[in-house]
Amino acid sequence: MKFLAARRRNPFVASALLIGALVAVGGGYAAVASVQPAEAAMTVGSETQVEAGRQLYLEGCSSCHGLEAQGTQSGPTLIGVGAAAVNFQVSTGRMPLAGPGAQAPAVESVYSDEDVAAMAAYIATLAPGPAIPTAEQIDYADADVAFGGELFRINCSQCHQAAGQGGALTQGKYAPNIMQSSPQVIYEAMLTGPQSMPVFSDAQIPTEGKQAIIGYVRALQESPNPGGLSLGRFGPVTEGVFLATAIFAALIAAAVWIGIKSR
Amino acid sequence: MTDISPNEGNHKAVETKLGYSPVADIPHRLRAADTDPKAAKRAERQVASMFLLSMLFVVLFIVAYIAIDKSTIIYIPVMGDVGASQVALGFTLAAAIFLIGAGAIQWAKKLMPDVEVVQQRHDQLSPGSATREAEANYERGKDESGFARYKMIRRTLIGALVLFPIPLVILLKDLWVPTKAEQGKSPADILSTTLWTKDTRIVSDGTYAPVRPEDLPVGGLISGVPADLLDVEEIEGNLNARGKAAIILVRMQPDEIRSQQGDGWDYQGIVAYSKICTHVGCPIALYEQRTHHLLCPCHQSTFDLADSGEVVFGPAARRMPQLPIGVDFWERG
Amino acid sequence: MTSTSPVEKAGGATATYVDQRIGSNKFLARNLGKVFPDHWSFMLGEIALYSFIVVLLTGVFLTLFFKPSMVEVVYDGSYVPLKGIKMSEAYASSLDISFDIRGGLLLRQMHHWSALIFVAAMAGYSLPDDLLSGTGLQIARGIMQAAPIVGTWMAFLLFGGEFPGTDFISRLYGVHILLIPGLILALVTVHLMLVWTQKHTQFPGPGRTNDNVVGYPLLPVYMAKAGGFFFIVFGIVAFVGGLVTINPIWLFGPFTPDQVSAGSQPDWYIGFLDGALRMMPNWETVIFGWTISWNIMVPAMILPGILFTVLALYPFIEAWVTGDKGEHNLLDRPRNAPTRTGFGMMAITFYALLWIGGANDIIAVAFDLSINAITWFLRVAIFVIPPIVFWITRRTCLGLQRKDQEKLLHGYESGRVLRLPHGEFVEVHQPLSVKDLAVISSKTEHVPLPAPEKADADGVRNKHYKLQMRRHKLSSFFYKESYVRPTDEEIEAGQHHVAHDAELEAPLHAYEDADQINRAHGGVLHHPGMAETNAEQESQH
Repeated sequence: MKFLAARRRNPFVASALLIGALVAVGGGYAAVASVQPAEAAMTVGSETQVEAGRQLYLEGCSSCHGLEAQGTQSGPTLIGVGAAAVNFQVSTGRMPLAGPGAQAPAVESVYSDEDVAAMAAYIATLAPGPAIPTAEQIDYADADVAFGGELFRINCSQCHQAAGQGGALTQGKYAPNIMQSSPQVIYEAMLTGPQSMPVFSDAQIPTEGKQAIIGYVRALQESPNPGGLSLGRFGPVTEGVFLATAIFAALIAAAVWIGIKSR
Repeated sequence: MTDISPNEGNHKAVETKLGYSPVADIPHRLRAADTDPKAAKRAERQVASMFLLSMLFVVLFIVAYIAIDKSTIIYIPVMGDVGASQVALGFTLAAAIFLIGAGAIQWAKKLMPDVEVVQQRHDQLSPGSATREAEANYERGKDESGFARYKMIRRTLIGALVLFPIPLVILLKDLWVPTKAEQGKSPADILSTTLWTKDTRIVSDGTYAPVRPEDLPVGGLISGVPADLLDVEEIEGNLNARGKAAIILVRMQPDEIRSQQGDGWDYQGIVAYSKICTHVGCPIALYEQRTHHLLCPCHQSTFDLADSGEVVFGPAARRMPQLPIGVDFWERG
Repeated sequence: MTSTSPVEKAGGATATYVDQRIGSNKFLARNLGKVFPDHWSFMLGEIALYSFIVVLLTGVFLTLFFKPSMVEVVYDGSYVPLKGIKMSEAYASSLDISFDIRGGLLLRQMHHWSALIFVAAMAGYSLPDDLLSGTGLQIARGIMQAAPIVGTWMAFLLFGGEFPGTDFISRLYGVHILLIPGLILALVTVHLMLVWTQKHTQFPGPGRTNDNVVGYPLLPVYMAKAGGFFFIVFGIVAFVGGLVTINPIWLFGPFTPDQVSAGSQPDWYIGFLDGALRMMPNWETVIFGWTISWNIMVPAMILPGILFTVLALYPFIEAWVTGDKGEHNLLDRPRNAPTRTGFGMMAITFYALLWIGGANDIIAVAFDLSINAITWFLRVAIFVIPPIVFWITRRTCLGLQRKDQEKLLHGYESGRVLRLPHGEFVEVHQPLSVKDLAVISSKTEHVPLPAPEKADADGVRNKHYKLQMRRHKLSSFFYKESYVRPTDEEIEAGQHHVAHDAELEAPLHAYEDADQINRAHGGVLHHPGMAETNAEQESQH
């Protein structure tokens, strides 16, 4: 402490502290995406898999969705939602629902990949519905990223925000941040329209379009910040907050330094 | 010019010469640099080294400008992946500039006199003689010009001065030159028409593929535009038509539709509404397929598409305009 | 003039040359020694001025590269996710500045950050023609059209027809680089001239009166401090411009009037208006076929109109209410003007609530709240919280005034409790320091305007009775409950008394101090006859 006290008036320490403060405030915003490459698709379920899925369903899901997946007061019917919907909801941890709330949040999934696949296979047997996209469908390697951006701004950015950071919906609901979402999850979300999200069928946005959108989202996820610290890509609000805290603090600290009598 | 330091010498002489004097009753503590020549030397070196470093950073800036490719990305802890050229240029420029300021201020604080001085203020009010002289001059001017006497001159002059800016304002009229199609129409007329006519086909925005009912599942959303939009944009060379004609199509179970703006304006549960908010005109497509609410991202006006697009929340006063739709024979066949 | 270098000689010759033509030496004689009060808050204005200069400097660079045109082009720059996309030339050139011109992004970000500091970016926000800026324009046009009768016409003229048209960016550009900076520059000049003639105000302190300025002269101290501060501000702007992203337009995509991004926000200085728009209930009336959009006019036109009018008129209103028309160069401490401070805090609270409203969707997501709940909370809070803040502020000020009064009469509490020989415990009061005494005793006395008489002594009816009565009531409200500053004699007597007491107690402190210091050093010295430890003390009894 004595060291600090003795050098508090030192201009270098002052500016070092300033820079430290700036970096510390900015550091809070730094978020680095680490996204796993997609585990692709699955084959049609065998009978044992379906049976295993049914058991898991009865244990974990039937209290809300009904014993026959017909739906109850507390949960919608799952007949015809397809394997894609099951995979999306359960693999992202949205289902089973942890507690009451405006909408189901994405959390760590309680099921293994095999369990999810089994449940998806079971639900798929109830009625035809969107299947889990194949590895080929979600392969965005040759996608037209710029066209994907165009489709993203037309169909997605109004809720998920232009940089994919998510946004508010009514009554506490929200469109989630998609910066951690895998291609498979993105594809499934478009295909099944989970929760408040509308459906974007393959007829409306064909597979190439969806791949392009995924390509664009991946580009956003992986894109560096050419301008420096990103401030979370939330737009003018976080910029304003940064201005009002870090920048004004630095400017006023400098002004105070000028006014302090030297020793 | 070196003998003005209020620290020493004859204060009274200083006062008459400079218009200020040291404040007597502020307790003043001498700085290290005032008493210790070593400290003064140290301060001198500090300041000079800041200026020296500033020069060094200018050199580094030039090096960075030449050496770093503009598309290079570099990982910096806390900041993540950032533009190398940008950060290097920004940092060196900032350091070069900042150090000049820091050095100057350090110089002032450590080595320049730090005894506060006092300067008297002078009355802002002019002396009475000046005021009287001004008044007399005004009266003389009024009298000599005859501004008060020549009523007709005065009035016509005021009239002329009031009127002369009018041409300048009139010249602004052609800020808007109506196009051929717009001629003879008032702004309100123009705003109240869109590209949509009875047989206009709806195409999906972005892909511009015609929309077929079976493409749109229950819970689905399509941003639509008129099929002739691209041609019109090509001809007009602007995005005006798009700004008015953009629509969204959503599909719900037919029995979920509680009301519509016209009988049978839906097609098997597909309804079409304008995409432009009735509040201040933001494009609006935050459609919640469970509640059928449409939320504007700008000011949170919320509309119920299952109920004629009525306002359920927020500042918008008017419901979203609905577009009656159907399927043409060609499609049906 | 002991020694003169060649540079000084040349400078002197130049000064003489200029002086022969405009008599500038009179100005220099007066002002080279002009005294600046040394307080950090005076630097806030300089921050604004300097960031404005940075805005101008960086802006000039940007004009060299920016193309204010809405002509459609196909992007072919180095930002891949937009390659081949149709966009306006304005947006394409903004992308080029960001990606294809070395240091271009740095300048753009410095321009934007410094504009945010200075609050002068209004038009600049909309120039790059990205999706966010275009949405802002779309909203601005919507607001404009809500002006009764002339609104639609005005919008058509400014935009050259319908939205977005092809003219607006280039028109805005002229306003942005010529008209607005010119206006600001003119106003800055007027402001500086006023400061020059009127001199700075100052905070109360030793030797500071209403008729003088205490501080450091322009040459050399303030030349170095204020001049140095320019480089500090410039340096900080360059630092954040280089290291912190602002307005990453490439993420938003080109503007088209049928696309939008969630979380579309204005820059911070427009935030309060946007918040007001979001909070307003959806009222609208139609009178004889004319639509009056209260839902837009109230928050976007009437409210800012009232806000800025009150702001501009406040000094005159207060002067009228209090009858105080004197020249004030010594600043009031906030506590000594409780009602004014209360109004100020009330205004800040009001503004802050509007501001929160402008960010309600971001707040909703960040804190897991409902935008509907936030909006409803704000609709009520905007009327309830500011008056509460006013009341709390005023009470706080009055409490502080009372504290000051005690300090003036009884010195400050040293926090040191002494036990007197006869067992009584007393707290030692100390006289105020020269500085504190000057600051605290700076409070000036205000008396409410007297109540008017209904008729004068001759029985002539007072024609202005009602107005004067109202003014009397307002004035009483303004100064109500303010503590009366003790007279100079009372203060002097009080301080003298405290000083006397402190003097008497001084030997006791000396004992204590000596005792403690020795202990701290592990010594055993103590005053003879005084017990050193508790055990010793007990054994003495």
